Amino acid sequence: MYLKLAWRNIWRNKRRTLITLASIAFAVFFASITQSMQLGTYANMISNSVRFYTGYAQIHKSGYWEEKSLDNSFALPENITEVLAGNKSIAGMIPRVESFSLVAYGEKAKAAMLIGIDPMKENELTSLKKRLTKGQYLAGNENSLMMGQGLADYLNVSIGDTLALIGQGYHGINAVGKYHVKGIIETPIAAFNDQAIYLPLATAQFYFGMEDQVTSLAINVDDEAKLERLKAHINNQLGSDEYEVMTWREMMPELVQQIELDYVSGRIILFILYIIIGFGMFGTFLMMAKERTYEFGILVAIGMRRMRLKLLSLLELVMLSFGGVLLGVIISLPILTILHFNPIPISGEYAEVYKKFGIEPVLNFSISPVIFTDQATIILVLSLLLGIYPVWHIHRLRVVEAIRS
Amino acid sequence: MKVIEAKNITKVYNADKVPVNALRGVSFSVDKGEFTAIVGPSGCGKSTLLNIVGGLDSPSEGEITIDGKDLSNLKENKLIDFRLNKIGFVFQSYNLIPVLTAKENISLIMELQGLSKKARDDRAMELLKAVGLEGKEHKKPSELSGGQQQRVAVARALASEPSFILADEPTANLDSVSTNNLLDIMAEMNREKGTTFIFSTHDQRVINKARRVIKLDDGLIVSDDNMVLNP
Ligand SMILES: Nc1ncnc2c1ncn2[C@@H]1O[C@H](COP(=O)(O)OP(=O)(O)O)[C@@H](O)[C@H]1O
Ligand SMILES: [Mg+2]
Repeated sequence: MYLKLAWRNIWRNKRRTLITLASIAFAVFFASITQSMQLGTYANMISNSVRFYTGYAQIHKSGYWEEKSLDNSFALPENITEVLAGNKSIAGMIPRVESFSLVAYGEKAKAAMLIGIDPMKENELTSLKKRLTKGQYLAGNENSLMMGQGLADYLNVSIGDTLALIGQGYHGINAVGKYHVKGIIETPIAAFNDQAIYLPLATAQFYFGMEDQVTSLAINVDDEAKLERLKAHINNQLGSDEYEVMTWREMMPELVQQIELDYVSGRIILFILYIIIGFGMFGTFLMMAKERTYEFGILVAIGMRRMRLKLLSLLELVMLSFGGVLLGVIISLPILTILHFNPIPISGEYAEVYKKFGIEPVLNFSISPVIFTDQATIILVLSLLLGIYPVWHIHRLRVVEAIRS
Repeated sequence: MKVIEAKNITKVYNADKVPVNALRGVSFSVDKGEFTAIVGPSGCGKSTLLNIVGGLDSPSEGEITIDGKDLSNLKENKLIDFRLNKIGFVFQSYNLIPVLTAKENISLIMELQGLSKKARDDRAMELLKAVGLEGKEHKKPSELSGGQQQRVAVARALASEPSFILADEPTANLDSVSTNNLLDIMAEMNREKGTTFIFSTHDQRVINKARRVIKLDDGLIVSDDNMVLNP
């Protein structure tokens, strides 16, 4: 009876109900799109950073992240490597040696970020091969290198040219070498484009004079949600504070902060939106209560307890609000699904801005259920909050006066 | 057996501003089975008296016992339950819940009493038949005439099997045919089932149908006559 009563009461004023439903649906739609774009962008930013370089976590020698020096390199004992290889949560371990050196070609020289990689493993994490624009991808052990397009342009080198590298190696020894350019890669991350030189791991270790040592072991996982637990687990398996395990969150606090800041500012916009919608909802709720003063009076007079009437009123509000949420989800879900599977590419000036920040220039949309449960929760809380009015109205209703009106 | 006993009832509205003495010492009692009209000009205090008798309002002074019970100390919910089970109400107009059909309006009160669906349905249909509205059970109030609506209201008031029915000017918005019809139905219920009716009016045709007429003027009872209709 209550459901029937509530349902019919909602449709007493069709136009008002439709307007209210539409405004809630619009808010949900707008909020969903905004939130979907935000979450999609964050996921994009994270996967760009994580998948492009850091990996989900890294193992270093303790202190390396603070002071990125070759002297803080390490070689994991074999027994530990075996244990880690047996860890099912780890999808891949990517060894790297990383330091700066001077690169020279003809009259020009520049500081470059030298990265010694295992070409196969590196490709598994970062899909580096796909970034190749000219030449060939590195094979195992050879005296060649790949470099970023920006750096190649600056030095004016092309495939087959030979570059000289001069720098400081392990424990301060002089590092000198000549390598020919095998491939040129283009990445969305400006720092890599303009500075990166990739060498095969053994070649780099030889150049730096640090046989078998690496500066970092990047870790790839399939399930990001388990990362914190995995970290603790790895720490356990390493079993000594000689090493440090850091997640991407710890390695890129600026990224995390940037995402949080953006999320908060998005929330503020949604908050304002919901306040505006809330006023509209309140108007409807107010009228739904006020215009039925006489009827409420009759109901209490003939024997309906106020509590039942209050619950009936709240039921009406919640049904109306949820109808709006449902409508909003029905409208936004297909659109978001399409956008999720077909991200919008960004072109022109904006694309450059994105690249500068190391983000792929596409607008990604998330279809995480959180987006919708968030809106539903907000609307529910809002309608219950606004429902205080009708409840109060019924509470202080004077039966005799209500019937007299 | 007395269903209503009122002693020296007074009612002052706006006691702190401009006081209105709506009732100024009213005493009377009603026995089971009466068919009584409270009459008097507009503003004489009829509604005020019926509201107090119906437990919708409380007197400023005086004692009132309804169905053997003093309502003055009842908590709100107890009072509402008392009204639900003991008193049937018919108001001047717009008695019915507009979104419910005739049958549902009658059913509602029995649902509040906790009756089963079957019992409610059976009794609602029976009552609709009794007030001559068989076949109108699925009509919404807006699809019924004013007279038909008032008959549904009488059926609803009867549905809870109350001790008595209070009807405040039930015919005020009806034409004379509907007025006669409604009064005939009420009189029939009274005759056949012994239902006690107390109704207010200032319509002489309605007064003529009452068996007892309590005349109010300016908050006081000026006459109380038992008519002998069927000598
Ligand atoms: N809530 C109220 N506040 C102030 N005065 C009221 C109120 N209700 C009724 N009155 C006054 O009390 C008197 C009796 O009213 P009422 O009982 O409605 O008379 P009737 O039903 O006979 O027309 C009138 O003068 C009316 O104006
Ligand atoms: Mg009146």
